[in-house]
Amino acid sequence: MIGGSLGAVQALRELLPQLPADYRLPVIIVLHQYRHNGESCGRLLAEHCALPVCTIEDKAPILPGQIYVAPANYHVLIERARSFALSIEPPVNFARPAIDVTFETAADVYGARLVGVLLSGASADGALGLRCIKDAGGATFCQLPSDSAEGTMPRAGCAATAVDRIGSPQSLGRQLLEFCP
Amino acid sequence: MTPESDVEVIEIRLLLEAIYAKYGYDLRDYSQTSMRRRVLAALAKSGLKHLGELQHALLGDAGFFADVLDGLTVRVTEMFRDPGFYRAFRQRVVPVLRTYPLLKIWHGGCASGEEAYGNAILLEEEGLYDRCQLYATDLNPRALEQAQHGLYPADRFALFGENYEKSGGKSKLSAYYTEAYAQVALRESLKRHILFFQHNLVSDHVFGEMHVIFCRNVFIYFDPGLRQRVLEKFAQSLCPGGFLCLGAGERLPRASSLPFVEFSPEERIYRHAG
Repeated sequence: MIGGSLGAVQALRELLPQLPADYRLPVIIVLHQYRHNGESCGRLLAEHCALPVCTIEDKAPILPGQIYVAPANYHVLIERARSFALSIEPPVNFARPAIDVTFETAADVYGARLVGVLLSGASADGALGLRCIKDAGGATFCQLPSDSAEGTMPRAGCAATAVDRIGSPQSLGRQLLEFCP
Repeated sequence: MTPESDVEVIEIRLLLEAIYAKYGYDLRDYSQTSMRRRVLAALAKSGLKHLGELQHALLGDAGFFADVLDGLTVRVTEMFRDPGFYRAFRQRVVPVLRTYPLLKIWHGGCASGEEAYGNAILLEEEGLYDRCQLYATDLNPRALEQAQHGLYPADRFALFGENYEKSGGKSKLSAYYTEAYAQVALRESLKRHILFFQHNLVSDHVFGEMHVIFCRNVFIYFDPGLRQRVLEKFAQSLCPGGFLCLGAGERLPRASSLPFVEFSPEERIYRHAG
């Protein structure tokens, strides 16, 4: 479960190549982005990974070995049936998709089996969600704020909870391998 | 899942049962996660402590229930949301619609009506509006009241105008409204072929043979079983070759016995195969 905003696409280009083609955990990416931009963002990331990348669709099951990117202009919620649910409710933290919404609902469903990662971004969205993940027993990662194009988001994440790992996108990507069954 | 949240699941289920038994609004088969968020937000807003108290309060007070219902159903809509969809609608669906002498169009779950008015504008520009009857329905009476007035906060119209231009609009959106006191009033003539009325997709029957059904970003709040039931109603209501339009993030279930075929799959436009 990865959230980011300004500067996060660059960070993902460094993080995602660390995941091999046989990486089994589903990876869910929520980025703040221009409102009509969802598809192209997915395509952009697909060039950099060994895993298939798709844009999240409503009610789609969450499958292993797949990278999911939130569509523009929808919130993404995780259902207990291990599927996605979209919503057009008002923006949260001025964002839709809001990272908090996805992280909070994912924490509720996956509990200790979830890793939350906050990357570069110029807003504090995602910080509360990261705390929910931590409180539910999951692992929390933040990009090193001083190494981020925009440090506000990872810094807010670190302020909101005791983050487990802080590092560069490459090193966070490598550490994600430890969580693969 | 913690035992504590199990109790919460039960309490939310009971709350929705209570709403259904007392007021007839059937919210029981809505997507659980988003309903849970809205229920907990309504609880926080009410200042009450427990879901049980919320249930008791809304059973005894219809006015309070109306407030809660506003929060439990999603009332946000947008004019010309997903401009690419409207471009495709103009370019590919409108030419087919021109072949009919009379058109019936249903906006299922129209909320506060922005999308229905947007469609009225599009049809007006295509010279079709005077052949049309739009039925715009929602379960929430307050949302419908706002829709009937056609009055909206002006601050949203910068976005709507931008959407309109990207969607292939032929004029300026501002030609369709007047603005005063931070409110926008849509041109009265846009209302001439729209009928707003209360209709519940979950529990009410279909009411006519439609050429187009818009139901965009409504199924995202339904669970798969409820979506299937409503899609079956739409299949009954659409004339052969009629169009069904969904939201950009939605898709028809893959393995399905429903009589729909893809028409413009990228833009989520389907056609009745019958």
